[in-house]
Amino acid sequence: MRRKALFPFVVFILIVGFLAVGLNRDPGLVPSPFIGKSAPAFSAPTLFGTQPRLTHEALKGRVWLFNVWASWCAACLDEHPLLIGLQRDQAVRIVGLNYKDLPADAKNWLERFGNPYDVIALDPEGEIAIDYGVYGVPETFVIDREGVIRYKHVGPISETELAGKIKPLIHNLRQADS
Amino acid sequence: MKAVQRLLWSAALLLVFNAPAWAQTELAPFDRPEQRELYQELLAELRCLVCQNQNLADSNADLARDLRTKTEEMVRAGNSREEVVEYMVSRYGDFVLYRPPFKSTTAVLWLSPFVLLLLIVFIAWRRTRRGAESSQAVLSDEQLQRAKSLLNRSGK
Repeated sequence: MRRKALFPFVVFILIVGFLAVGLNRDPGLVPSPFIGKSAPAFSAPTLFGTQPRLTHEALKGRVWLFNVWASWCAACLDEHPLLIGLQRDQAVRIVGLNYKDLPADAKNWLERFGNPYDVIALDPEGEIAIDYGVYGVPETFVIDREGVIRYKHVGPISETELAGKIKPLIHNLRQADS
Repeated sequence: MKAVQRLLWSAALLLVFNAPAWAQTELAPFDRPEQRELYQELLAELRCLVCQNQNLADSNADLARDLRTKTEEMVRAGNSREEVVEYMVSRYGDFVLYRPPFKSTTAVLWLSPFVLLLLIVFIAWRRTRRGAESSQAVLSDEQLQRAKSLLNRSGK
């Protein structure tokens, strides 16, 4: 009889357990199928025309950070100082993907806030972004020298994310470089 | 008469302001009717990753529009259902599908309803069996007498 009385309680605890785990998850975080896969091929014009076209092939041989951004994207400003910091430290090559933006707007934005990018590929129609499975700008990828995606982050990167995951990963990948 | 006029006006306005809503589903005709069917099936089954609780057909998000266009292109180009699904899954993961495939990581998801059902059936079966056993001779002689007298009384 006493064991029977315990049954609803056990069920209750089980439900609380599932909810505790489930509700504390961020539903915006969708597991990416890209980790460990080759970065999708692309060939795009660049913002300042420093190179006629930027291709994924040309980026091989060095670790690079791929950051999808736009001048209309408010959250991109949140992570912007962190990217500027990365650029200042020369920690990694930062490649921007200007997503569904106008070149003039993009240039204005960079002039106003500062340019953290080594080179910026243009994706006015968002086609490259689809190949990279982008669904929430900004998104950030870490890609190793073989062109394999090692890390993906959706939304603005935070300081803890940068210091705890991205920087150590870049460091490790670069160590393997030399 | 005034009321009718007003009604007509509001109907016309409604149509105008809703134009984007129904224009979005209007497409140039497909080469074959199966393609149109496939296209609509796919839109119903692929999830918009921005809004997450809407499929591509319902969502007005920018990305959903792009993915609709992509789906349309692929269907027009003669791609099969599997090819379009593979294209989406390779980019956005299984989450893009409203019906996730059955594999080791989704086994719990698919099987738990059946496990629960079995459990419930088992519990129900045990309960009814116990109930059947205990229902025999539950009335004492005294109670039986009383029941009989009650029945007799109502019979009159």
